[in-house]
Amino acid sequence: MADKILMKGNEALAEAAIMAGCRHYFGYPITPQTEVAAYMSRRMPKIGGTFLQAESEIAAINMVIGAAAAGKRAMTSSSSPGISLKSEGISYMAGCDLPGLIVNVQRGGPGLGGIQPSQSDYFQATRGGGHGDYHLLVLAPSSVQEMADLVFKGFDLSEKYRMPCMLLADGTMGQMMEPVELPEQKGESIEKPWALTGTEGKRKPNIINSLALAPHELEEWNQIRFRRYEEVMANEQMSESYRMEDAEICVVAFGIAARVSQNAVDTARAKGIRVGMVRPISLWPFPEKALKAAAAQCRSFISVELNMGQMIEDVRLAIECRRPVSLCCRTGGMIPSPDEVVAAIEKAAEGGDKA
Amino acid sequence: MRTKRITLFAGHYGSGKTNIAVNYALFLAKQGLRVSLGDLDIVNPYYRAKDSEKELSAAGVKVISSAYANSNVDVPAMPQEAYALTEDKTTHAVLDIGGDDRGALALGRYVPAIQEENEYEMLFVFNRSRPLTRDAQSALGILREIEEACRLPFTGIVHNTNLGRETRPETLLDALPALHELEKLSGLPVIFTAARSDIAARLPTEIGEVFPITLQKTIW
Repeated sequence: MADKILMKGNEALAEAAIMAGCRHYFGYPITPQTEVAAYMSRRMPKIGGTFLQAESEIAAINMVIGAAAAGKRAMTSSSSPGISLKSEGISYMAGCDLPGLIVNVQRGGPGLGGIQPSQSDYFQATRGGGHGDYHLLVLAPSSVQEMADLVFKGFDLSEKYRMPCMLLADGTMGQMMEPVELPEQKGESIEKPWALTGTEGKRKPNIINSLALAPHELEEWNQIRFRRYEEVMANEQMSESYRMEDAEICVVAFGIAARVSQNAVDTARAKGIRVGMVRPISLWPFPEKALKAAAAQCRSFISVELNMGQMIEDVRLAIECRRPVSLCCRTGGMIPSPDEVVAAIEKAAEGGDKA
Repeated sequence: MRTKRITLFAGHYGSGKTNIAVNYALFLAKQGLRVSLGDLDIVNPYYRAKDSEKELSAAGVKVISSAYANSNVDVPAMPQEAYALTEDKTTHAVLDIGGDDRGALALGRYVPAIQEENEYEMLFVFNRSRPLTRDAQSALGILREIEEACRLPFTGIVHNTNLGRETRPETLLDALPALHELEKLSGLPVIFTAARSDIAARLPTEIGEVFPITLQKTIW
């Protein structure tokens, strides 16, 4: 095993991408993810890779499209307003069935917002974000180690299902430093017979395109794509349960909110409240199975988020509104304190969430 | 431990400069000295000396920081008060310089005054557990880049190898060969080893001067 090293979340994801075989990074600076680009600019030239600071976010995502179409592992990273700019390109990737990794180290919004951490791009990430019928794989790390681990997972899933993957982090995850262990280097293992690698006169040319001249053809493409999405929903839900064994109240939180909530669960448990947490790791596909199981045993749910309440809708949908779901949230770059989450848990324990 | 009127902590990105600077300012204040801590970081958006302002102020340390530090905008501005760090010779100044050569660039404008007074210690903070300073050569490269950017030569090294909460005494001890090579290559002495208080208590005496530190707290 490799030595542990101390890394920022942004650096860990960048190094993991290199280890996962990504040699093509296209970016544009924006706080709080600039370290990804800074790290890539130092590392890529040393290993024969491409670091390219594009003239804009729009240019960068279109470069990812080109590299992915050629069958290469490619990525870009940005933060909230930059992801909005990339959204057209992301829709084209989905329409072309191209894999690739898009990292969003979220900051406060809407508009220019602010540079402090946020989770307010949940809707944008899980509903597609750009135009048209499509989904992204959306993975949400809650430690620096997971920032790295989910990059490997994200590239693999993205290529397996031929759809773009978004790593949805936030400023705190990007900036915090923790020890990480990076697994041994993996090569590309997934065949890409569709890639534009040159026919050498031996096969028909591959075509990568999102334009269908006939409406019935476009409909068929969409239907084929959604059958793949069904497979993803059936097979790739990821979550982690914490102290759920005998829980009556279930906290649902991802990313940095889950770390704060975990401390709150411990505090509330010490006060005798039977509370646990389900932490979604894949936000799309949303871990419905884990939440349905929780609904069978818990009498109420609390969604803890760094936004005005976005994931709470998926919690309600997953449990088919069988239990009340309350919201504990902060926005604008603020993070709920463990005490605020404990207060929400206490209120739920008293039945106040049913009001 | 030798102390100068101005102590500057610079080094590679994420080497631990801020935690050391905060602890060092508190250490000087405990000796009854008048102390100012200058947060001259123009690189990092979060995790800054300003996070410890309450504790520092309570100990009598004046924090000089950009008005935009920890705000919602990304303005790499220097506070006008920062000139007091070099001008007010009745106060000990501790300077936290931003990471790498890019962060050190901002120090340049204060360097003529620092050199004219010539009562300073410019310390390179070394953490071998960081990915881009895993060996002495790489660390030396960054050391020279910083000197070139700010035009102030280093006078010593602070050894701060750590893995955050997973640090053990061996983490520091395993880094000693690289540290000694860095001393040799740079010609700079190790002024002290910084370690979390519980680790500091478990280090062998041969390691030299140990400076126990307390880390900034988080809610997760």
